[in-house]
Amino acid sequence: MKRQEFPTPAEQGHPSADCLRFTGIHKRFGSFKALDGIDLSIRKGEFLCLLGPSGCGKTTLLRILAGLETQDAGSLHMAGRDISRLPPAARDYGIVFQSYALFPNLTVAGNIAYGLRTSRQAQGRRVAELLDLVGLPGSESRFPSQLSGGQQQRVALARALATSPSLLLLDEPLSALDAQVREHLRAELRLLQQKLGVTTIMVTHDQEEALALADTIAVMRHGRIEQVGSPEQIYRQPANRFVAEFVGHANWLPVHCDDMGTLRLAGIPLASSFAMPTGLASAEATLFCRPEDVRVEPHWQPANNTLMAVVERVDFLGGLRRASLSLCAAREIVLVADVSPNDAGFSALVPGQRVPVTLPADRLRLFQGSVL
Amino acid sequence: MMAWAWQRFHPVGLNIRRSADEQLAVALVWLLAALLLVFLAWPLASILIKAVEARNGSFVGLDNLLTLLTEPRLLEATWNSMRLALMTLALVLPLALAFAFALTRSRLWGRPVFRLIALSPLLAPSLMPAISLVYLFGNQGVLKDWLGDSSIYGPLGIVLGEVFYTFPHALLILATALSVADARLYEAAEVLGASKLRRFMTVTLPNARYGLLSAGMVVFTLVVTDFGVPKVIGGQTNVLALEAYKQVIGQQNFGKGAVIGLLLLLPAVLSFSVERWLARSHGAAMSGRSVSYQPGRNHGRDVLLGVCCSGICLFLLAMLGVAIAAAFMKLWPYDLSFTLDHFDFDQVDGGGWLAFFNSLKLAALTTLVGTTVVYFTAYLISKTPAPRLPANLIRSLVLLPMAVPGLVLGLGYIFCFNSPAHPLHGLYGSMTILVAATVAHFYTTAHLTVATSLRQIDAEIEAVARSLRRPWWIACLRVTLPISLPALLDVARYLFVSSMTTVSCVIFLYTPDTVLASVAVLNMDDAGDTAPAAAMASLIVASSLLATLLINLPGWWLNRHAQAWRTA
Repeated sequence: MKRQEFPTPAEQGHPSADCLRFTGIHKRFGSFKALDGIDLSIRKGEFLCLLGPSGCGKTTLLRILAGLETQDAGSLHMAGRDISRLPPAARDYGIVFQSYALFPNLTVAGNIAYGLRTSRQAQGRRVAELLDLVGLPGSESRFPSQLSGGQQQRVALARALATSPSLLLLDEPLSALDAQVREHLRAELRLLQQKLGVTTIMVTHDQEEALALADTIAVMRHGRIEQVGSPEQIYRQPANRFVAEFVGHANWLPVHCDDMGTLRLAGIPLASSFAMPTGLASAEATLFCRPEDVRVEPHWQPANNTLMAVVERVDFLGGLRRASLSLCAAREIVLVADVSPNDAGFSALVPGQRVPVTLPADRLRLFQGSVL
Repeated sequence: MMAWAWQRFHPVGLNIRRSADEQLAVALVWLLAALLLVFLAWPLASILIKAVEARNGSFVGLDNLLTLLTEPRLLEATWNSMRLALMTLALVLPLALAFAFALTRSRLWGRPVFRLIALSPLLAPSLMPAISLVYLFGNQGVLKDWLGDSSIYGPLGIVLGEVFYTFPHALLILATALSVADARLYEAAEVLGASKLRRFMTVTLPNARYGLLSAGMVVFTLVVTDFGVPKVIGGQTNVLALEAYKQVIGQQNFGKGAVIGLLLLLPAVLSFSVERWLARSHGAAMSGRSVSYQPGRNHGRDVLLGVCCSGICLFLLAMLGVAIAAAFMKLWPYDLSFTLDHFDFDQVDGGGWLAFFNSLKLAALTTLVGTTVVYFTAYLISKTPAPRLPANLIRSLVLLPMAVPGLVLGLGYIFCFNSPAHPLHGLYGSMTILVAATVAHFYTTAHLTVATSLRQIDAEIEAVARSLRRPWWIACLRVTLPISLPALLDVARYLFVSSMTTVSCVIFLYTPDTVLASVAVLNMDDAGDTAPAAAMASLIVASSLLATLLINLPGWWLNRHAQAWRTA
C-alpha cells in the first residue's frame, strides 16, 4: 500500500483555512444514537474519507451535511457561513450516490445539464467539457441504461460537478462496481479531485479505498469519530484497538508487564520504542504488530525482540505469502507474518521448520487489556 | 393549528429551512389534505351524525338503530345480503382460482385472450348481467324452460349476476397472488418426492392463501353493497343495499338510511382491517434471489383448464352479449330483426342521450382531475419534505375509500352537501359534486398504483435533483412523471371505466340535469323499457372499451418509441 505523502491537518491545519466545520453534531433515530457529538473540520481542497463499518453513522453525517437529514443538535459551517438550517439547494454541493441515481429518462447531456441555468449553447459546451473531464467524450445523446456501471458513475460525477460546487459529496460511489473498474475509477477520481482542487467528502466502508484516496481519514464507530489522521497515521499509529482492527490486518499478542516495567511476551523481554504507559505494572496488555512488519530471519542472530517460532502453515496470496508461526516458548501464541519473495527469510518458510522472528521495536504498539 | 403541529411533530429545536419552491409544496400538501377532509372525511362523518338524528334533526342516540333492528324487513334484508354474498363467494372463488391458475401456471393456448374476456365484465355496469339474465331466463326468456319451476327473479338471478360482476375482481387478485411464485420451492418439493397434488396443496395453496382471503373479502363486500343486480332481477328479495336506497330515495328517511349505510360499512371495514393486519404479517413472497416459476408441459392439466376457462368465458360473454344483441333487436325474443330504435333514448324516460353525454363528461373530468390530484398528492407526500401532520393525514385518508362502499359514500355526500348549512351546499346537484364523489370513491386503488410506482423510483434521484438547485416541479415533471407514466395510464383507464360504470356512488347525487348513463339504465329498466336499458348499457360498454383502447394506445406507442431508455 504505497502512497504519496500528503500534509496532514495536524501539520497544516489552521482554523481559518477550514472550508467546512461540524460542531457537536447529534442525531437520534428513536432510541438509536446515530451520531453522538461529531466535531470535524475539513480544509479547502482536502479529500476526506469517512470510514467505518455499516451503522457507524457515516452516511447519516453525509446526509446531514447535504441537508437531506436534520441534526438534533450541533452546527455546520461552510466557508465561515452557518449552513445548519439551509435547504439542500442553498448549500452549494454536488453529490454522487452508490446507486448513481441518474435520471433514467434523460440523456447523458440532459442529466449533466440538469442543474445548469445557462443558455442551450453554453450548456452544450459545459456538458462536452465535463464529459471530456470524466473520460466519456461524445456520449451526450446516450441514455444511462446504455452505459456500463463505471460509465454511469462517471456521468453522475460529471453531473455533480456541472455547477462547479465548492464541495463534492460521494456516498460509497465505487461500491456498486466490480473490482477492476473500481480500482481504475479510484485512480481517476483521485486525479480529477486533485486537478479540480474541489473539497471532497467520501463515505466508504472499504478501508483500502479510503487509504488509497484520502488526504485525511476519519474513522467512525457507534456515531463517534475514533480517529482523524492521514492514511499513514491511521495505518501505522491507530489510536485504539477498534481503528487498528478495522484498518488492515494485525497481530494481537498477549504481553505481561512485570514489576520493573518490562514487557514480556511468553516470558521473553521485549524492547519497544514507545513510552510505557504508567500504571501498567504487573498487568496484562496487548501488543499490536502488522503482519508485514514481522521479520522472518534466515539465520539466528541474537538481537533485541528476536524469538524462535515454528512455521505452522504458509498461505499463498499471490504477491506474498502469509505464514502462521507459533512461538517456541508458548506454542499457543500464533503470529502471522506477510513475507515477500525478496525478503531474506522467504526460503525458510517450510511448515514444521523452526525460524527466528523479529518484532521491530519501532513498529510495535501497546494497548491496554488482554487479547479478546 | 400549524404552530401546534410544528411543535408536536418537530420536537427538536432544529429544522431545516425550506426553499421557496419547497414552501409551495408545503402549501399544496395542506391544500390537498384539506380537500380530502372536505370531500372524504366530512361526508363520512355526516353519516355517523345522521345515524343518531331523527327526521327533524334532533338527537335520538341509538333509536334509529334499535327501531331498525326490531323491523323484520331489515333483519330479512340483512340475512339475504349475507346469504347471497356467501353463495356468490362459494361460486366465484373456485372458478376464479382455476382461471387464475390457468393464466399463471399453465401453458394453455391463448391465455391473453382468455384474460381479456375474463376482465370484460369490468367494462359493464352491474345492471348489465341482470338485464341479460332477464332476457335469457326471465318471463319471456328464451331459456326459461331450463329452470323448471324455479324463477330467475330472486336469489338465483342475483347470485348469477353477482358472479359475473365480481369475477374479474377476484381473478385480478388471485392472478397476482399466483404469479409471484418461487420456482426454487417447487424444485425443492419435487426433489423431496412430493406428488403433483401434494405440491399444489403444500406450496401453491399456502402461497395463495393471502390472495384467496383478500379476494374473498373483496367479493363479499362488493356483493353486499351492490344494488344494481338485486334492483333489476331481485324480484321480491330484499337486500340491505336496496333497503338503504329505498329509505333515502323512496321515503326520504335519512336517519334509517344512515344506519343501514353504517351496517354496510361493517363488512368492508372488517375486511379492510383484516387485510391491513395480514399485509403487515405477510412477508414478501419474492425475495431478490427468487427464481420465477415456469410452468412445465402437462397436457392433461392444460386440457382440463382449457375446458374450464372456456366454460367460464362462454358464461361471461353470454351475460355481456345477450344484452348487447337485444339492444339491436326489435322485440326480443319474438322479432329478432335488426333495429336502432332502442337507441332513440329521447322516446323514453330516464334521461336520454343527455345521460350518456353527462357520463362521458363525468368520466373525462374524473380521469383528468383524479389522475392529476392522485399523482401530485402521492408525489408531494413521498418525494418532497412535506410536514408530517398533513402528510400523515393524507396517508390515512387515502386508504379510507377502499373500506367505504360507493353506496355509503354517496349517502355521506347527500347528508353532507344537501344540508343548507353546509358552506359548499351550492355544489349540491352539480357536476362538480359528482366528479368529487367519483374521484373519492376510486381514490385508494388509484393512489396505491401511483404510490407503488413512485416507491420503485430511487429516492436518491430526488436527493440529487434537490442538490442541483432546481425546484421540485422540474424533477416532478421532467423525470418522475415520464418514469411513472405507465402507472398513470393505468390509473386514467381505471378511473374512466369505473366512472362510466358506477351506479352506487352517484345514484343519490344526480339531478335531472346531471343524470348519468348508468343511472338511466336503472331508471329505464325500472320503467319497463328493458331494450333501451340494454342499449344504454351497451353504449357504456362500448365507450369503456374505446377509452381503454385509446388510453392503451399512447402506452403502447411509448413502449415502442419514446421510452428507448427503458429497455436499452
